[in-house]
Amino acid sequence: MNRRKFLKVFGGGAVASSAALYGCAPKNEPGAAVALGEVPTDKMTYRQHPTNGDKVSILGYGCMRWPLKQGSDGKDQIDQEAVNRLVDYAIEHGVNYFDTSPVYVQGMSEKATGIALARHPRNSYYLATKLSNFQNYTRENSLAMYRQSFRDLQTDYLDYYLLHSIGGGNGIELFNDRYINNGMLDFLVKEREAGRIRNLGWSFHGDVKVFDYVLDMGVKWDFVQIQLNYLDWKHASGRNVNADYLYGELEKRGIPAVIMEPLLGGRLSNVPDHIVARLKQQRPENSVASWAFRFAGSPDGVLTVLSGMTYMEHLQDNIRTYSPLIPVTDEEKDFLEETAQLMMKYPTIPCNDCKYCMPCPYALDIPGILLHYNKCVNEGNVPKSAQDENYAKARRAFLVGYDRSVPKLRQANHCTGCEQCNPHCPQGIDIPKEMQRIDKFVEELKVNG
Amino acid sequence: MLRKIRIFAATFCFVLITLLFLDFTGTIHAWFGWLAKIQFWPALLALNVGVVVGLVILTLLLGRVYCSVICPLGVLQDIISWFASKRKKYRFSYSPALKWVRYAALVVFIVACIAGIGSLVALISPYSAYGRIASNLFAPIYQEGNNLLAYFAERMDSYAFYSVDVWVRSLATMGIAILSFVILAILAWRNGRTYCNTICPVGTVLGFLSKYALLKPCIDTDKCNGCGLCARKCKASCIDSKNHAIDYSRCVTCMDCLDNCRQGAISYTRAHKADKATSVKESSTKDTTDVSRRRALSATALVAMSSVLHAQQKKLEDYVEMKKDGGFAPIKERKEPNRLAPLVPPGALSIGNLAQHCTGCQLCVSVCENHVLRPSTDLMKLMQPEMAFDRGYCRPECVKCSEVCPTGAIKPITKEDQSAIQIGHAVWVKDLCIVNTDGMSCGNCERHCPTKSIQMVAKDPADPKSLKIPVINTETCIGCGACEYLCPSRPYSAIYVEGHEMHRSI
Repeated sequence: MNRRKFLKVFGGGAVASSAALYGCAPKNEPGAAVALGEVPTDKMTYRQHPTNGDKVSILGYGCMRWPLKQGSDGKDQIDQEAVNRLVDYAIEHGVNYFDTSPVYVQGMSEKATGIALARHPRNSYYLATKLSNFQNYTRENSLAMYRQSFRDLQTDYLDYYLLHSIGGGNGIELFNDRYINNGMLDFLVKEREAGRIRNLGWSFHGDVKVFDYVLDMGVKWDFVQIQLNYLDWKHASGRNVNADYLYGELEKRGIPAVIMEPLLGGRLSNVPDHIVARLKQQRPENSVASWAFRFAGSPDGVLTVLSGMTYMEHLQDNIRTYSPLIPVTDEEKDFLEETAQLMMKYPTIPCNDCKYCMPCPYALDIPGILLHYNKCVNEGNVPKSAQDENYAKARRAFLVGYDRSVPKLRQANHCTGCEQCNPHCPQGIDIPKEMQRIDKFVEELKVNG
Repeated sequence: MLRKIRIFAATFCFVLITLLFLDFTGTIHAWFGWLAKIQFWPALLALNVGVVVGLVILTLLLGRVYCSVICPLGVLQDIISWFASKRKKYRFSYSPALKWVRYAALVVFIVACIAGIGSLVALISPYSAYGRIASNLFAPIYQEGNNLLAYFAERMDSYAFYSVDVWVRSLATMGIAILSFVILAILAWRNGRTYCNTICPVGTVLGFLSKYALLKPCIDTDKCNGCGLCARKCKASCIDSKNHAIDYSRCVTCMDCLDNCRQGAISYTRAHKADKATSVKESSTKDTTDVSRRRALSATALVAMSSVLHAQQKKLEDYVEMKKDGGFAPIKERKEPNRLAPLVPPGALSIGNLAQHCTGCQLCVSVCENHVLRPSTDLMKLMQPEMAFDRGYCRPECVKCSEVCPTGAIKPITKEDQSAIQIGHAVWVKDLCIVNTDGMSCGNCERHCPTKSIQMVAKDPADPKSLKIPVINTETCIGCGACEYLCPSRPYSAIYVEGHEMHRSI
């Protein structure tokens, strides 16, 4: 069971019981002051947009990982009550930036986000969404997507609008197809003039040539969204570009950076035990995740740091970290760089569970497989050979856990290698290659009982 | 004392044999797998001379203790009967043997064996009946219990328990199991060992022998006051207390009468010592019993699977075309291809050998961890194992079915043998392959073939860059079903296995 599922089941109970304990503890005893204390409502750090003066909370709400529940038809649906509760809590505690996209959460994110936010005054938050025309980038379809965002988000203006994930596929050619040849960029610039879009920018993954090209193509960009965290700062994986370069280029031009993947989909909180120990030793009262958020929020040019918080506990932890943000010192930066190097020794697959690859047409649960694999890597349950000391234990943990995490018919051995997933992966993972590698590994475990 | 020993030994055998059908980890089999192999009928099928001679000698020495201790179906009836006796203590009475029913059942059984009607044999044989009851009715309960533990284990991040799929292998067999159980339960509840003494062919055969057993329960007429308590306690209804006679062909040596006799008139002793006791004269039996109470096991009720109509509700989607992130593609349920010959597990030697030796006890089906084996629905060999690859395939590291088979229908093989026995061969269905239907490259069959019998070749011989299709070397293919199970084409696989009548070694 991963951390998320665990929290889902026990999180509520644990919070309730700790709250109860807190209530019972005599006030004057040592320890009664409970390590965590109240979640502050008025200490959030805000960053001012250099040109339009928007005061944006350093914690931004990423709406890509809303909690799901099973509908009566057996299909996933967003747990709207939970979303409302999370959004209310976030706004109460000073969060004012919400970032979504038409394609998030099986296409249900905008609607759910819209419902939750419509219960608050429109000027109490900033709304960000994207032109996610990955599949059909004709002008008509792109316009339809743009207009539907307004309807689903129940608004007549968007504070931040992004060209979604440029730099993928074959680079500049695809960028031109999606935004230039169909006239969409011109259209969006006009929409900005008309005030329906207050800030125009883009998010970037992949080919650095596209980053450089678009940055200097002569359009005024109000912001740019990049992947930044203490691992990607100098050690970007796959096709990704080191964040120190990306951020440096934006800083040079005075363009505010919106940060995505500060926690790498949980990979920077779900770390091997000795790294937990290392981080906790420095700041025993702060979470492992808080290091990643402090790092991502520290550069002055960062407007907001997005986090896709599925659970209340994640939201509360992040609010604590940023209320207020204590920027990382130079020593701490060096310490995190050393930590990054230690983490690099673990051959995890850089999947951040964004689910862009899904649904796989052949029904695999790609992120489920990769996450299980990573979990086993971190826990030392990926034996190198049958002669390994703890082979039997590791084998059982891997195989039993595999069946628990992923149903048999969605496991890696069903990958056809059709590669339809690959263009969607913002991290540039060669998914079929990894599937087949994991499948081979599983096969060896099964045969060598 | 003797009764207590009998109860202890019977509990031991019953619990462990039941566990053979329930345990999916293989631990019980490693220690107590022999319990299935000492069952009379399986041993006879396996031509296991040692066991058969042993059981014959056992019966000649001690009477039908086999029926009271070793046979799980007998013990199951005793358990049900024991519950019934909680309501009414002395509920039995002597009834003469239904000899013609017994012999008719035996004749039918032998004829069915010779004629190769495996389904009829499996229907009557006691061990098979118990096997299907245990594997169809008890195993799911056991597995659900395990899954509950696994659920909690998962929540504690423990790998001590893992959950298993609980599923109905065959509706027909399940139906027969339920029917068998209900009929047996009714018979046992009302009259104790009716099945054993009228239908069970093993009971009839051992009954012949037990008449000449060295040790028997004998009534000492000097001590007997004719109270008849023994007869009213006799679940085999074989004590004729008025005549101080015991029908040894039906007595299962349960020792209940010994403990029950307040006069101490019954003892388990050498027959010639108790020469005052006269055995029931066969000619004196008159068919006065109510025949209607005796029910013959009737044929099966095949429950036709109702096909679910997938009402394709075309929901009005938003008009924006986009690839939405997340979610799962639905999985169409696999459909079984129309195989010309059925697939039987490696070690079975041939379809004929399996049909001849298999008694349909479901033990192999119960232990098949890859969910390949399931009972056949063919009327002639109903309940005998057959392979299908919709839930898994015959994996190279598993030879469990061959290890557990008590009848020699599946002969023991090693893991090395397993991947060298050709039970069938793969066939490619051009029109279903996703290379042709989706225009997608695949090769999943080739990647998973354990014998490397599949190669991927360009579809268009003139164009080496065209998509690749699988070609099968049927000489080296063993028919394990990896390709069929892992083929992305659904509901029908684009590559499936045809069974071989005779298995070959490659």
